[in-house]
Order: sequence, then C-alpha cells, then structure tokens
Amino acid sequence: MILCCTIVFLYAPIIVLVIFSFNDSRRNVTWHGFTFKYYEKAIHNNNLIEAFLNSLSIAFFNTVFSLILGTLTALLLWRFRFSYKSVYEGIILVPIIIPEICIGIALLVFFNLCGWPNDLPWPLNLSKITCAHILFSFPFVAVIIRARLAKFNLDQEEAALDLGANHKQIFKNVLFPHLKPALIVSSLLAFTLSLDDFVITFFMSGPETTTVPIKIYSMVRFSVTPEVNAASTILLLITIVLAAIAIWIQRGWAKEVEKS
Amino acid sequence: MNRSILQLKGISKNYGTLEAIKEIDLNIFEGEFFSIIGPSGCGKTTLLRVLAGFEMPDSGSLYIENINMQNVPPNKRPINMVFQSYALFPHMNVLDNVAFGLRVDGVAIGEQTQLVKSMLSLVKLSGLENRLPHQLSGGQLQRVALARALIKKPRVLLLDEPLSALDAKLRNEMRQELIRLQKSLGITFILVTHDQQEALSMADRIAVMNDGTIQQVASPSYLYEFPSNKFVADFIGSINFIECQLSEIDGDIFKFITRISKDAFTVEGNKSLRIGQDCWLGIRPEKISFKDSDVVNPHHNKLSGVVTNITYFGQASMYHVEVIGEKTATINVMENHSQRSSYATNKVGDSVVLCWSTESTSVFTS
Repeated sequence: MILCCTIVFLYAPIIVLVIFSFNDSRRNVTWHGFTFKYYEKAIHNNNLIEAFLNSLSIAFFNTVFSLILGTLTALLLWRFRFSYKSVYEGIILVPIIIPEICIGIALLVFFNLCGWPNDLPWPLNLSKITCAHILFSFPFVAVIIRARLAKFNLDQEEAALDLGANHKQIFKNVLFPHLKPALIVSSLLAFTLSLDDFVITFFMSGPETTTVPIKIYSMVRFSVTPEVNAASTILLLITIVLAAIAIWIQRGWAKEVEKS
Repeated sequence: MNRSILQLKGISKNYGTLEAIKEIDLNIFEGEFFSIIGPSGCGKTTLLRVLAGFEMPDSGSLYIENINMQNVPPNKRPINMVFQSYALFPHMNVLDNVAFGLRVDGVAIGEQTQLVKSMLSLVKLSGLENRLPHQLSGGQLQRVALARALIKKPRVLLLDEPLSALDAKLRNEMRQELIRLQKSLGITFILVTHDQQEALSMADRIAVMNDGTIQQVASPSYLYEFPSNKFVADFIGSINFIECQLSEIDGDIFKFITRISKDAFTVEGNKSLRIGQDCWLGIRPEKISFKDSDVVNPHHNKLSGVVTNITYFGQASMYHVEVIGEKTATINVMENHSQRSSYATNKVGDSVVLCWSTESTSVFTS
C-alpha cells in the first residue's frame, strides 16, 4: 500500500508529462487523441535543436574536465599526506552543499568582475556555463574516485613493482583497471548533472547560449504545448538511460567488493 | 661449502622512535630453504620488505650475489615476493596474472604463452588459465601467486606468511608443494612466518627473531634441541623452566641447586658459567619420564610432584605435574603412547617422580 502510494506520488506527474506529450491538442489540458506530431515539431524546432546541441556540448566538456580534475584531486588526497589535508578535503565538498542559487549569483558577479567576454564564437561562448558546471560536478567525481581508491589493495601496487613494472605500467595495468568502473559512473553522473542543471545555468546563459532546461522554461512561459512535453520527455529519456547505466555498473562493482 | 647468495650487514630500520630491526647480520646460501620466524612485531616483515626493496634500511647494506642493493629499486631486484594477501590482480585472469612479470619486461607473446603454460603445469593449475581470481579457491589463489612470482626466475623468492589464509588440510598440502617446488627449481626460498610448525617442517635453516634482532640461526633440529637462549627455547616447541643457581663445576658436569628447596640438578655440557650465577634449566616435556624413585639412574635428574591435569592428544598425553619447590610450579610431561596399554599410566592426584637425563637439560643465563 505504502509502496503504491510512494510510487504514485513520485511518478504520477512524470507519467502524465510523458502521456500528454502524445496529446493531439494545442492547449494540452484534456486528452484529444494520440499523435507524434509534437515530437516532429520539436525535432524541427531549430531553437530547440540548438539548445540540445549546446546542452550536449556543455555536458561533454564538463564531463571531460570534471573527470580530469576530480580524478587528480582524488589521487592527491589518496596518495599524499600534507598539512591541513582534512580541511582541503572538506573545502572540496562545499560546492555540493552550497545552495545553487548562491553559486549562480556568485558566478554571475565573478564573471562580470573579471570581464569574461560574451561575444565568443561557438563553442567557446559556452565556456562560462561549462566552467560553472565543472565547479559543481568535479567534487562528485572526486568523492566517487576517492571512495574507489580507498578500496585499492596497496599490496597489488607493490606486487606489480616487485614483478618488474615501472610506475607508468602500474598505473595503466593495475590502478586504472581498478578505477574504471568509478570513472564510468562519475562521468555519467557529471554528464547528467550538467544536462539537467537549470538554476546555475540560468544565470550564465545568454541569447546565444540557451540549454535545453532554459529553453523549455522559456517555452512554458508562452504556453504549455505538448511540444514542451515532448522536449522534456526526450531530456528525461537521456537522463534515465545514463542513470540506469551508472546504477548497473555500480551494482557490478558492489558485487566485486563483496567477493574480495 | 655453499655459495652465499644474500648477505645482510648491520641492517637497521627505524620507524620514528621504534627500532623495527637492529643491526641484522645474516648470510643466506644459494638454493636453501630459509625461514625467518618470530612473534608478531618482532621485525620479520620489516626485514622481508627491506629485502624486497619496499623499505630502505637506515643503515647497513644488503648484497645479492655480491651486488650492493642500495640504489636498486624493487622492480630491478632479482627477487620476487609472494604476498600474504596474494595481491593478485582481480581484473586479470590466471593467465594474465602469471604473465604480468613477463609482459612488463617486454617478452614476446609467443614465449610468454609458452612459459606461462609450463609454469601453470608446474604448480598444477593447467586448465584454469581463463578463470578470474574470484572464481578460485584459497589453495588455487596461492598457486597463482607462486606461479606469478616464480615465472620471473628470481634468484631469491620471498614468501610472507604464505599459508596463513589456508585451512589446516590445505596448509599441509601446500607445505609439501612448496618443498617440492623449492627442491625442483633450486631457487632460494625465504619464508617468513609466525608458525613454528611451518618453519620446522619446511626450512633447511631458521632464523628466530625477537624485538628486532636475530636470536639464533640454525637447522630446525639444532634449534629445537640446542636453543641458544631462553627466548628461543620458549618460542620453539614447549619447555619447562626451573630457576636455580650454579653451585659446583666439575669438568663438564655442572651442579645446580634451587634457592630454597635445595633440589639439586646436574647438567652435562660446556658452558662458560661462574659459581653462584642465576640460571634457568630448560627441559622439553617429552624428555621427562615417570619413574619409581628407587630405580632412578644416578645420572638422571629427578623431581617429585602430583599430577593435577592430563591433556589427551591421541598419540601422546600431556601431564601437568605440580611440584613443590620453592614456588609451586607446574611441569609439563609429554608421554608418548607407543603401545595401546601405555595410555593413562598415571591418574590425576597420583604422586609421581619425574626424571630426565643430565644430557637433555639446557642451561640459560637470565
């Protein structure tokens, strides 16, 4: 009973959203019949496509840079001991808990202050949003990689060294394979975080640099047509697929930990 | 004379204020099965890590085949190690694990496969090439770890508590296996363990360590029969100690007496002791027998007491005998049941006379 309630509570709005994306009605208040029309319309909406392209580019660059920065941070925290290490470890996590609205405003002020150019050609004009996304994505990457590193059996590194491997070979053959599942999970997470972000992006985006959530928001301000539902459903689908892959990998990883 | 393969000269290693090993001198010969044993925290693992190159000694030098290892990193030493945790690479199958050392050396693939194949048959793992470590049993993991280290053809193989993770039956099997491998390959094995049974049954020579220093280096039987000090006597096997004072020296015959109860004991041997010196006499439980007081050989030591407890082991029984000396002490006596009827010759509460030969008594200075 409770199970049903929670499921309904959680997913009823989303299911309605998806169903009504197939609604053959302009006003989208009552059900008028099934159609793919609005998906077609969404696909042919150049502004929307542009926003999708922007979103995917930002998510891609965010993933790459967050992964590099997060992994290096995690390796630093794992391998070295230095003074105020725990303070550093705490500071890294702060972007995760600061309200997004604060980060958004702070970044807006910051970018204005340092005079970041607004008229760069594509895709450099996305750099502001990408930087903002890296800011809140890479701590997640660092946390995930750090957790994985903590499970590394240091004997393996010594064994590899003992068997004649140099440090590069150890990283490539021993440490990297160990980190692989965490790298995949954290890159999927960074990608979806970036794809779905609205609040921070809202402060960073300009007329040339709308992302999908911003675009959908602006479409809603005119009217809630099934086209909005269709665009949302596509975004939802991408997110769900990526999250499912992440969960699936993480489960395999948990199993492996159980065994060892 | 055996050729020395590994030499340690005055090796010390400190961790902060803790002296893990102090001034260790050791000579290990080519092709021998050497064992380092001692209680936990005695520095044996540190010593092993110094040999492998994972730790740099603070002073002293290490030579392998007369080459100073001072500036030789672990990946360049002619030494390989089998880790206590096995440390197999979990994402690689058996074949890749064993081939790892060859792969990083750039050995051609064809040759790699050939060598791995023969190594796996040597450790009796043929047919398991494609299994991942989590699909193997404890004994199989142990064999993979061995194969992975041996395939590098090391001059010396280090084994860190290799059998501690196995159950009793497997441990016995692996002991035989290790001896077989060592003899057939002729590689010097250095086994570190806290289990004296393991060391006694496998090693050609044993070094007993305590508190960062080597107490004695000897063959298993010599170590058991002629321990050089009280620690070694106590650590290897079980032993009874009697505290007394040297009262008389007559050539090779030493006469001891306990302080208050004045029980007298005779010991044969040659030792540099002085009259009046406080000593410990050590007698192994199986060297003591029960005798009627009137048939005791004059060359034997004797002591009377009461049986307080009997522990039955099947092939033998351990009697706990309380003797009334200056302190009430318990002497353990091991009686072998060489015949069916020899079981339970004495019962709890019986008064008995313990006797042992002068020659089987060890003397330790405090």
